[in-house]
Amino acid sequence: MTIDTSAVPDETGHFGPFGGRFAPEALMAALDELTREFETAKRDPGFVAELDGLLAGYAGRPSLLTEARRFSEHAGARVLLKREDLNHTGSHKINNVLGQALLTRRMGKSRVIAETGAGQHGVATATAAALLGLECTVYMGEVDTERQALNVARMRMLGAEVVPVRTGSRTLKDACNEAFRDWVASVGHTHYCIGSVMGPHPFPMMVRDFQRIIGEEARRQCLELTGALPDAVVACVGGGSNAIGAFHAFVPDESVRLYGFEAGGDGVDTGRHAATLVGGSLGVIHGMRTYLLQDDDGQTQETHSISAGLDYPGVGPEHSWLRDSGRAEYREITDAEAMEAFALLCRTEGIIPAIESAHALAGALKVGAELGPDATVVVCLSGRGDKDMHTAAGFFGLVPEGAGE
Amino acid sequence: MSVRSAYDKARAEDRAALVGYLPAGFPTFDGAVEAAKAMVDAGCDVIEIGLPYTDPMMDGPTIQDAVHQALVGGVRVADVFRTVEAVAATGAPTLVMTYWNPVDHYGVDAFARDLASAGGTGLITPDLTPEEGGAWLEASDGHGLDRVFLVALSSTDERIETITGACRGFVYAASLMGVTGARNALDTGAPRLVERTREIIARSGAELPVGLGLGVGNGAQAAEVAGFADGVIVGSAYIRRLLDAPDLASGVAGVRALTEELAAGVRKGR
Repeated sequence: MTIDTSAVPDETGHFGPFGGRFAPEALMAALDELTREFETAKRDPGFVAELDGLLAGYAGRPSLLTEARRFSEHAGARVLLKREDLNHTGSHKINNVLGQALLTRRMGKSRVIAETGAGQHGVATATAAALLGLECTVYMGEVDTERQALNVARMRMLGAEVVPVRTGSRTLKDACNEAFRDWVASVGHTHYCIGSVMGPHPFPMMVRDFQRIIGEEARRQCLELTGALPDAVVACVGGGSNAIGAFHAFVPDESVRLYGFEAGGDGVDTGRHAATLVGGSLGVIHGMRTYLLQDDDGQTQETHSISAGLDYPGVGPEHSWLRDSGRAEYREITDAEAMEAFALLCRTEGIIPAIESAHALAGALKVGAELGPDATVVVCLSGRGDKDMHTAAGFFGLVPEGAGE
Repeated sequence: MSVRSAYDKARAEDRAALVGYLPAGFPTFDGAVEAAKAMVDAGCDVIEIGLPYTDPMMDGPTIQDAVHQALVGGVRVADVFRTVEAVAATGAPTLVMTYWNPVDHYGVDAFARDLASAGGTGLITPDLTPEEGGAWLEASDGHGLDRVFLVALSSTDERIETITGACRGFVYAASLMGVTGARNALDTGAPRLVERTREIIARSGAELPVGLGLGVGNGAQAAEVAGFADGVIVGSAYIRRLLDAPDLASGVAGVRALTEELAAGVRKGR
């Protein structure tokens, strides 16, 4: 099946029935301005050269494609790791943030705000803000500030103000609400640097375009290394930016299967999970129409994941579209499966992955077993695991009770 | 009575209409009904019943607190319709203010049908603009309901034209760039926004009142707004009275006293 990705989103930001712009009228002028500015910037050789220069000379692109020989033995297929963990700040988030920070400056705005779950996007935003001399405020659910204390310190070190959000479930979705509230009041001089392929148009399209470099590099690198396209591309999906970035270049390649792995938490049937595409229904959240975890009244359900970065009840609208069109397949990985894969990568490859990325690795073990030894599976290793050591050490009982509290 | 006739009645009395907001289920189901009835009794012309939602993106801490309490208290969409029914029985036009997802999830036409059958007159939709509102435009036509979209200080003339063209009942002008919550001072751009909106409505040959909300909290501000807008919309200040009261009876008394102050304000403004 071939899907024409140039057709989505349409001019109003719709991916079929998904996406769009469900936002307060107060933001419409800023969303229009951002859409215009992004369209002009991506055709401006000066902007493109500056972004490419930062990606190569600051973020460390292209990132490596690492042959994971010992991990492959466990997967039962040839696994190649797209090493977004090697980017400056330790995840794929920097790709998007550098682009949006340059746009912020281009629009003559002096401040960026961001929401963050695990802190990867917050750290990346604080970094880009420091680099370009922008003021920076990061909203983070109070629960997440506790489980990701090191990243909070990192953001503050970089000069950002970190605001713990105490409303609602005190996690990523509430940080998003708070960032929108800030933006409505400050939109004249502030850009909301959304961290995933979500939110009102043009964010899902713009963030995808800043992240598509992941898949473009991986496609080229895989051809160079193996002489062929991979049989599958695997990524974790919370909001879904690393996955869209990894998938996008492969969407027209009919032979390449695309797999997104969501946070299954304690298991989708327990209700304690964040697997939106597996267990959700159609709705509107944070400015977009997409799949959503909600109750019978359309109230957002509380989510659970061992990974703060995946602990989100929505998903980028392009994923909803890829799911319904059948081009990509989405499944869930439980906390326990993710942590098993986390440990396996550490022991077989000497790489400590982010817990988000460990969901993709656990997925690769399943996909590898299904596709067999002749298959090549590219896994997007979206981030490194330093930030998650506290959680992992607790999970595996590697620190005495209460240590590091 | 329709929202439009409530505005017309106020105009005939040479004053602005007073529009009061309370979320259903806050502080309790019965408490919300009692407080809303007190608002009608003491001089509110139009009542907005908020549908408590888990992700109130446009709301400040006061309304967030109230809707959180309502949700913890177990309020459901069916309770919102029951609240509307009880308040509409007073004769005051009663609208529902809601984020879009609960309506979308309920089914847009079913929501319109059940709202109309509860005696509600329409919806105010802070995160739905006419561009995404096709299903709602159709359902509101089908069930004869008002649809109130918002215009903002940042809206272009083109957008104001689109928005006012889609509105029925009245237009909600957001007086400041920010979330709900009483403020000490109103944005100086508010009168100009109302003036622009009126000019654009007049140019299209239509007639539609313009209510102004966000930040209005006392009689003096109500008088100030009544000097240039057709309606004065108050929400957070009402909730504050109920949040700060030691019990429901004194909360409702506070709501009544605030209504009297605001009702006097809208009569002083002209």
